[in-house]
Amino acid sequence: MTGQALTAQSMGAISCEFCGMLVSNNFIESHSQHCPRCDAHLHSRKANSLKRTTALLIAASILYFPANLYPILTLISFGKSTTNTIMGGVIELANAGQWSIAAIVFIASVFVPIFKIAALFFLVLSVHFKMSWKTRQRALLYRFTEYVGRWSMIDIFMISILIALVKLQAIATVTAGPGAIAFAAVVIITMFAAMTFDPRLIWDNSGEEDDGQ
Amino acid sequence: MCFTREGVAIETDFSYTDALLACPECDLIHEVAELEDGEQGRCIRCGAILFMKHRNSLDRALAFAMTGLLFFILANMYPLLTFELDGRSQSNRLIDGAIAFMDAGYWELGLVVFVSSVVAPLMVLVILITLLLPMRLNRFPINAQGQMRLLSYLRPWAMSEIFILGIIVAFVKLSDFADVGLGPSLVAFVCMVFATVMAYITLDDEAIWNRLKELKK
Repeated sequence: MTGQALTAQSMGAISCEFCGMLVSNNFIESHSQHCPRCDAHLHSRKANSLKRTTALLIAASILYFPANLYPILTLISFGKSTTNTIMGGVIELANAGQWSIAAIVFIASVFVPIFKIAALFFLVLSVHFKMSWKTRQRALLYRFTEYVGRWSMIDIFMISILIALVKLQAIATVTAGPGAIAFAAVVIITMFAAMTFDPRLIWDNSGEEDDGQ
Repeated sequence: MCFTREGVAIETDFSYTDALLACPECDLIHEVAELEDGEQGRCIRCGAILFMKHRNSLDRALAFAMTGLLFFILANMYPLLTFELDGRSQSNRLIDGAIAFMDAGYWELGLVVFVSSVVAPLMVLVILITLLLPMRLNRFPINAQGQMRLLSYLRPWAMSEIFILGIIVAFVKLSDFADVGLGPSLVAFVCMVFATVMAYITLDDEAIWNRLKELKK
């Protein structure tokens, strides 16, 4: 058998998103829209995937600016106060000679969010224009993007620990800044953007032949 | 270990089946293979992991989840870090980060931190136990389908392993100008994360569905 790859969609079935049970369209029409094994709602592709992902990406892109321009925390120590933005925090760690930690924070807080927004925009466009270019690499890009997204939360946890731990009034106090809210919003919104994107769309219309048969 | 399906005729006439599996990431149909313990099967087209099999998957996952829950309780009882400056000291517990955000008026952040560092990690462990323990005792878990779905919803929001990195960064930032010490709960927290990760690695969804099918009979 050559030609179009045999997928659940092309054989007239839906794979349950939660438990993987393969349910035929005939069964869905005559019985129920819900998975016979785990009771989840069945759909062939995530609903309005491209529109939802695009909307979330636009929101995240807008919030990316306040997230990076406003301070995320202020440290007051012996009357001297220092205010950090995301990038400022990285520079401060680097200046203190903590290169490895500075690198981790830079990757998690600066690189990952922008990478994620760019990668998902690219994937949405590539599906929209029915590109067949480097399908497998795009699938890997999606898997990587979905995996790394959560790690941007490092900075938010760091702030939560500092403000809970350092509260010795005039001697040393840490307070959170408004940039932290925007930053957390960027991380969470991009997580939702990755979840609403359906990677199977990369392969639909890709014209990929099934070399397994 | 790779799974191939060359030369296999695929039966397409069914109402629903678990003998075939569509790749969750690219929708390509695969026949479900018999795997040996410790083997994995990947999608031949996009490389996503489709199947895995572990020895005593359910018992081991249950043991790790119970261990994790124990450590979770310990992780919440004592300080994570202690901070000393100018003769005065302070310590924080796991929950204090969320409370501090709430107190400072950043309730959204308080909520996010509360869910991702306390509620979701705890719920994941509790659900694993309420699913797997009744099954171990030959009973059908209450609303097993709902619990399975809740588990997969919660999974991305349980961020304990990321919280550990947050602790390390906070520790390094403070060490510059103050004495920072490790609290007893930090060890428990790290053990909890390790146990949770191990529970997930050993857990095999297919084994759960098969066991549930057995129990239903």
